[in-house]
Formats: sequence, C-alpha cells, structure tokens
Amino acid sequence: MNDFFLWMSMILGLLVLVCLYRGVFGPGFLNRIVAVNVIGTKIVVIMTLMGFIYQRVDMFVDISLAYALLNFIGTLTAAKYLERRGML
Amino acid sequence: MILEILSGLQVIIGVFLFASGTLGLIRLPDFYCRMHATGKCDTLGALLVLTGLAIYNGFNLVSLKIIFIVAFIFVANPTATHAIGRAALVNHVKPWTKEPSLAGQEEKRG
Repeated sequence: MNDFFLWMSMILGLLVLVCLYRGVFGPGFLNRIVAVNVIGTKIVVIMTLMGFIYQRVDMFVDISLAYALLNFIGTLTAAKYLERRGML
Repeated sequence: MILEILSGLQVIIGVFLFASGTLGLIRLPDFYCRMHATGKCDTLGALLVLTGLAIYNGFNLVSLKIIFIVAFIFVANPTATHAIGRAALVNHVKPWTKEPSLAGQEEKRG
C-alpha cells in the first residue's frame, strides 16, 4: 500500500508540472490565478499522501489543513482585488 | 482487505479526475472553459482521494481532521471559482464563441 501511495503522489506531481505551464505562459492575469488555485488543491492532496508515506499523518494533516485555508484566502483576495480595481 | 481495496479504488478514481481537470486546463480554448473544467474536477478529485485516505486510516482523530479538510474544500473551492468568474465578468472579459461573425452580429444587436 505504501508503494501505491508513492506512485499516486508521483503522478500528482507530474500533473502539477503540467499545470505550471498554464501558470507561467497563460495569457492574462485570470488564467494564472486559476492555475495557482488548481496547483494548491493538488498540493493539499499530495501533502496528505506524504504523511501516509512517512508514517506521520498526525503532523502532515495539520499542515495540509493550514495550506488549504491559505490557498482559499489567497485566491479570494486576488479575485476581489481584480473585481474592485479593474484588470491589471 | 476490503477496506484497502475500496480506498485504493477511490484514490485511483480521484487521480483520474485530477488528470482530466488538468487536461481541460491545458487544452480548452477560453478562460471560462478552463474554469469550468477545473472547478468541478478538482473538487470531486480531492474529495474522493481524501475520503479514500480517511477510510484507509480507520476511525480516529486524524481521520476526523481529514474529513474536516474534505468539508472545507467542498465549500471553499466552488466559492473561489465563483469569485474569479465574477471578477472576469465585471471586467468585461468576452466569452469564446465558435463563429466570430455571429458573435459580432449579436454584439451589434445588443
């Protein structure tokens, strides 16, 4: 089961690298915000899987919860700023 | 044994949903289409993977925390997607249409 979790987190890491293309070369500001949100959700899942791989789930779950909260707040702040001030 | 098979199946389905969401983010033509692809696939993929991990872990406090992360993502990810879409709509980002001439006519009519 440990090898299975390792393979799944490697596949998710490759998907993060594919998403990073849209984050770097994406036309405009909004595509980059969407890419950052997607990468954050994937990172939360990868971090919980890492906790199962390293046998320390009780520590990694707290970090992943805090990361999910920060990801949501960051995306919401950028979206509200663009809504009030207009497109950059 | 049965619980391990169930959790493994859920993790595999969740990773497949993540892959399809990433494919939509790369390949679809417009900003709204990309948001439509990622907003649903990512939410359901994270929900399935984390629920499978909670089933594999058993019934204790860590599993309760994982269920809490699932509930938070289930509320927060559509809210963030809705906020980005609203910011794009307020700033007059035009949606992609298949035939550009027809879009021009509708714009004149409107």
